[in-house]
Amino acid sequence: MNLIAFAILALLAATAVTVARMRDLWAAIMFTGIYSFLSASWMLILDAPDVAFTEAAVGAGIATVLMLSTLALTGKEERATTRSPLIPLLVVTVTGGALIYGTLDMPHFGDPSDPIHLYPNPSFVEKSQEDMHGLPNVVTAILASYRGYDTLGETTVVLTAGIAVILILRRDESHPEQQESP
Amino acid sequence: MSIEQVVGLYNYWIVVFLMMTGFYIVIARTNLIKSIIGLNIFQTSVFLLYITMGRINGGTAPIIPAVVADAHAHAHPADAHATDGPAGHSLHETADELIYSNPLPSVLMLTAIVVGIATTALALALIVRIREEYGTVEEDEILELDRYS
Repeated sequence: MNLIAFAILALLAATAVTVARMRDLWAAIMFTGIYSFLSASWMLILDAPDVAFTEAAVGAGIATVLMLSTLALTGKEERATTRSPLIPLLVVTVTGGALIYGTLDMPHFGDPSDPIHLYPNPSFVEKSQEDMHGLPNVVTAILASYRGYDTLGETTVVLTAGIAVILILRRDESHPEQQESP
Repeated sequence: MSIEQVVGLYNYWIVVFLMMTGFYIVIARTNLIKSIIGLNIFQTSVFLLYITMGRINGGTAPIIPAVVADAHAHAHPADAHATDGPAGHSLHETADELIYSNPLPSVLMLTAIVVGIATTALALALIVRIREEYGTVEEDEILELDRYS
């Protein structure tokens, strides 16, 4: 189990670096799909199958399709940049160093006495059996009922984004002369 | 730096590395599509950060097996709501010796994934619009065009 996890983590890191170095946008998008799929595999090992399914379907599927269709409208090649990569590298190294310094205080991975496992009172996992009339998946119970308003808000965000995309991409047929003006 | 610390914290370090790779793509590249790819990588690393925190050693996915659920229903038919233990009653002591990983991060990240794809779609639509208007998706060329217009 550990060997598989470490292989996935090594591949994840390698894929991310490859995406950063790549000039060909089409290949970079494909590698982003691979990256999403690998992170979905790691989520499955981390006992979160629901998130893994969603990440594989949405991250590796829908996001890739959306980006490829954008690429079809905009052009494939990334122009070689003249900027020096030194300043971004410095910023990233300093930020990463600060974040890693911050993790030294964090509760350890997988420890049952981590604060996240004690608060809020985890008995809601047991109660969900009664409250949801025997629904076996606790994640579904929380998503659809205990945190139902959150999911309603999420749906609102998706609706708003959909309307905004339609408004942005709509072609105005009634005023063709506006298309010509700068 | 002890070996215990490395074993207990390596998940955060992987996440920080992935996060910084995404951040580098966002700030070092001028192509707008490449920036969106960087943001996606950054976003996925945040999902991984939350999911790794929900994991318990020796745990399983928070889906209650039918056998356990049946036994539980027959054991406490009426007073099921009285079964909440004292505060600090951890997940791993309940449910007939079965250890469940924490379901709460999963729920939060499910919401975040869907919201993330919505914002990505919006950003890509804006890029298509920018390309129609300026004829390029390179950030510095767009700034140049803006300056001389």
